[in-house]
Amino acid sequence: MADNATATAAAQAAATPDATQKVLRLDSVVKRFGDNVVLDHVSFDISKHEVVALLGPSGSGKSTLMKCVNMLERVNDGQIWLGDTDITDPRVNQDQVRRRIGVVFQQFNLFPHMTVLNNVTLAARKVFKWDRDKAEEKAMGLLKRIGMDQKAREYPDRLSGGQQQRVAICRALMGDPELLLLDEVTSALDPMLVGEVLEMVSELKEQGATILMATHEMSFAHRAADRIVLLRRGKIAENGTPADVMDNATDPETRAFFHSYDS
Amino acid sequence: MSGNTHDAVSDVELEREEYRRKQSMRSVLTSIVSTLVFVAVVAVGLHNSPGWPRVKESFFSPEYFAQAWPQVVDGLMLNLRVLVIAVIGVAILGTLLALTRITTSAVMFPLRVVARLYTTIMRGIPMIVVLYLIGFGIPGLGIFGRMDPAVLGTVAIIMSYSAYIAEVLRAGFQDVHPSQRASARSLGLTSGQTMRLVIIPQALRKMAPALMNDFISMQKDVGLISTLGAVDAVRAAQIVVAKTYNFTPYVVASVLFILLSVPFILLNDWYSAKLRRREQTGGMV
Repeated sequence: MADNATATAAAQAAATPDATQKVLRLDSVVKRFGDNVVLDHVSFDISKHEVVALLGPSGSGKSTLMKCVNMLERVNDGQIWLGDTDITDPRVNQDQVRRRIGVVFQQFNLFPHMTVLNNVTLAARKVFKWDRDKAEEKAMGLLKRIGMDQKAREYPDRLSGGQQQRVAICRALMGDPELLLLDEVTSALDPMLVGEVLEMVSELKEQGATILMATHEMSFAHRAADRIVLLRRGKIAENGTPADVMDNATDPETRAFFHSYDS
Repeated sequence: MSGNTHDAVSDVELEREEYRRKQSMRSVLTSIVSTLVFVAVVAVGLHNSPGWPRVKESFFSPEYFAQAWPQVVDGLMLNLRVLVIAVIGVAILGTLLALTRITTSAVMFPLRVVARLYTTIMRGIPMIVVLYLIGFGIPGLGIFGRMDPAVLGTVAIIMSYSAYIAEVLRAGFQDVHPSQRASARSLGLTSGQTMRLVIIPQALRKMAPALMNDFISMQKDVGLISTLGAVDAVRAAQIVVAKTYNFTPYVVASVLFILLSVPFILLNDWYSAKLRRREQTGGMV
């Protein structure tokens, strides 16, 4: 990252959330599995350059919410807006919307039969129809930033779990997504490897990425997120700054939840 | 172990190595002895059975073996041709059936039912009955006129084996981790691209042993087209048998079929062992 001073300054200016521009807006989203209401009229939004951490105990609806935003699950009511597009509208072209969102899952992100470089360039080559040279140039640039350019020709099974997740993030960044969804990207990792992935997320934040991340890393959420959304039994229990939600919560259940993570 | 003091091995390890060496010597000896005993029992048993000289003459006669060889080899060429065409046919029909079975679109519902019925029924009918149904039933309709029994036999083999292959393929496609599909779709790949670029290449690797096994099985089953009257290796052997009243030609045909399959059996064993090693790296059990 040998960019000049102006670029750094621009990035830092960009890193402040811009409340006038909403990247994602959930409006009273409902999701049911049979009689089980998993998301119960959930509403919140994410501004440009904002990092929002989605927290909550297991079964609170975090994963389902991520899947709804990524259109892997269909909502039963309410709307989800990505910029000006209502992505819950059945007439919307799903493939086109998905290109605007970068997604990284808990594990099994990378395709094991492709090299790191082919993994990263796949969407550029097959979806954006770039020629191989252009795609590889951009991919190598992204890999170089995380020190993985030496591993570009390796297969994913030769990489550590942390390296695999960082490559997966690179792959999600190839299309310059408006929104980056990180769904428990460190949950399957050895504690030793969590740090390098979180560090990469912090760097993305500094560069002005808009991120929605579901996570169990409380101290990281506190440090890196602009805002915390706490889900409980399918409803939004808290929505505010890390200081308000995590340190100065008045609700006893919220306090108990964050207490259980203190060690 | 170059012997200098730095590399010196402790007495405990030396003792362990000595013990392991003795143990492996003992296993080698045991297997040699048990093999010899087994061969001796079989040989003595055969030799002492009252009919052995007659069986030896009618199944393992060197003269008849030499006499039948050229004709049976000629017949085998037909089996090879049928095999090549059948493999291509099975690959196409099997893939279509498998893809039909795993689609979820509403339009495809009737086709999904048909594919399900087809694989269920075809896997239930004995191969020989399928051959009779196609081989004698289709000409019986009188639409296509006289048909080459080899062609009808090929059609029957394709129909029967497609059902098995389709199930192997379907299981293989569904065995790829769901996150892989989710990742591919999240990148904006269409469902067709996801199948072609992500799911199929991974599934093929997992399915290779099962597919090769079915291929080996198919290699010998192409011999069944003889029942329709096609002059293949088995039929050629039968003709010689009918003339000479000696069964050695069947042994000739068997030897040829075995020779045909051995390379693929070895290849399959090698590939399966390689996959197993890769999955079990680091384990001793």
